[in-house]
Amino acid sequence: MTLRQAVVLGVGALVALLAGLSFGATGGPVALLEGLRGSDPAARTILVELRLPRVLLAFAVGGGLGLSGAALQALVRNPLADPYLLGLSGGAGLGAVLAIAFAGDVAWGVPAASFVGALGAIALVYRLSVVAGRRLDPRVLLLSGVVVGAFAAAIMSAIITLSPATQLRNAFLWLLGGFGASSWQALGVFAAYAVVPMALLGAAARRLDLLSLGEEPAQFLGADVERTKRLVYLTASLLTAAGVAVSGIIGFVGLVVPHAMRRLVGPLHTSLLPAVFLGSGSFLVLADVVARAAIPPVELPVGVVTALVGVPLFAVLLRRSLR
Amino acid sequence: MILEARDLTVRYPGASGPALDAVSVSVPRGALVVLGGPNGSGKTTLMRGLLGLVSPTGGWTAVEGRPTPEWPRDELARCVGVVSQREELWVPLTVEEVVLMGRYPRLGALTPVSRRDREVVAGALARCDVADLAGRAAETLSGGEWQRVRIARALAQEPRCLVLDEPGSALDVRHEMEVMELVRALVDEGLGCLLITHHLNLAARYADRMALLDRGRLAAGGPPSEVMRAEVIGAVFRWPVAVGPGPDGVPQFTPLRPGDPGPPA
Repeated sequence: MTLRQAVVLGVGALVALLAGLSFGATGGPVALLEGLRGSDPAARTILVELRLPRVLLAFAVGGGLGLSGAALQALVRNPLADPYLLGLSGGAGLGAVLAIAFAGDVAWGVPAASFVGALGAIALVYRLSVVAGRRLDPRVLLLSGVVVGAFAAAIMSAIITLSPATQLRNAFLWLLGGFGASSWQALGVFAAYAVVPMALLGAAARRLDLLSLGEEPAQFLGADVERTKRLVYLTASLLTAAGVAVSGIIGFVGLVVPHAMRRLVGPLHTSLLPAVFLGSGSFLVLADVVARAAIPPVELPVGVVTALVGVPLFAVLLRRSLR
Repeated sequence: MILEARDLTVRYPGASGPALDAVSVSVPRGALVVLGGPNGSGKTTLMRGLLGLVSPTGGWTAVEGRPTPEWPRDELARCVGVVSQREELWVPLTVEEVVLMGRYPRLGALTPVSRRDREVVAGALARCDVADLAGRAAETLSGGEWQRVRIARALAQEPRCLVLDEPGSALDVRHEMEVMELVRALVDEGLGCLLITHHLNLAARYADRMALLDRGRLAAGGPPSEVMRAEVIGAVFRWPVAVGPGPDGVPQFTPLRPGDPGPPA
């Protein structure tokens, strides 16, 4: 990553965060200034208690999804890998739907249940993919992920179909993701949890480079491939699971941003991972701004926005790369 | 000994016979050892065994006297540089980025790449005659260029030993000769080298020792003058050959056609 690229990404992240603080269902940049000056207590409350944790959480979750996607793509040597491909969304969704159907009023019930569901899916997929003793086969990993995800999705659909309309709507909205329930508490829990997986993935950057050469060449260049694969799968999945717990299933960030960043800073992970973190964080903050401000007072699910914005962006990137 | 296998036996699960049957081979410092034999005779399995990628069912292997399983992979990569048979990229890397990965076993997880690392990379690129390709996308290289880039990456590891698995199979005459001259020069500077090849005539002219595998067993071993004999080559490859001295006196073989004058099959 050149200095110029780092500055562009850093400034981009700042602009995204400021935009996130400025725009919303109520007021614009003027309200932000008033909130900062403290002349209007209501504006200050909105800024400090609602928008600030929301914006920071969106940035952290986005960064986590991006890192997870980039690392998993390197692990399975496939650009189509995405943080949810490995059965995670199915497990998390099933957990959340169960909680909405049977324990709708319990505080933290849905996040906790979705997290547990995701952990269950991770464990199951991992168990299925460890072949011949201790070897983790990336191709089997992809297949197990799809299978476990499909199974969980089937149960989830059955429960949703049998649920009353309000619960159905709640479950549906949750599955599309959003930061409406953000709080300093949620941010604190997520940050405390995510810092270790993020650090572990960052420290694995060079081993991820080596994996891109193939497993045997990677070993000849000093990577303990089996350990690296297990570490990357588990940390990336656990990171995504935490994101799902606080904000639902937000697609597309972990797929699109790593691609865009590979074009910008190249495929070496020592540059790619920091760029992906900044890029994904900024992208999700901006998507959340659009979700809040597009048709007030209705708030769109942020997953809808990431796809609506991300798909055309991705199409343009693809066309450019083909030329 | 820099690489050593003693009575190495490897049996793959589900296979009827062992892939390697009590094979002993050693590569001393400052020597070029050539390993040959028919397809499927166990050459690559022996290499994988020496490098700790398959666990032996019998016998043992050691690197610099220390049992191979005790070597952490990064430490082994600082000692032995390997150019394996196949390697495919899934992301677009430049030649310089590929060769820089040869420095990874010497870099910590977060240590920045130093000036010396860049110098070693530049030196390795120059020695393999690919310095002018440094900025090229690796996926646009010809087979021969890619092979030389991978040899440069092995040199960037600053190894004490090189293991090359059929490095010349994609190279034209000039580039294969250049690779062989380079390997010989490195060996003369003190490196140990294990070279797996089907081009035995060429390899014999550079080798200190040769070993031929046949169906998992060591069929012949010794200096080229002992191994490059018509009855040895003919028996191992199960095809009649005639042997005569090459321009430098090293025996060279020619496979015979049915009806050619020469010893019967």
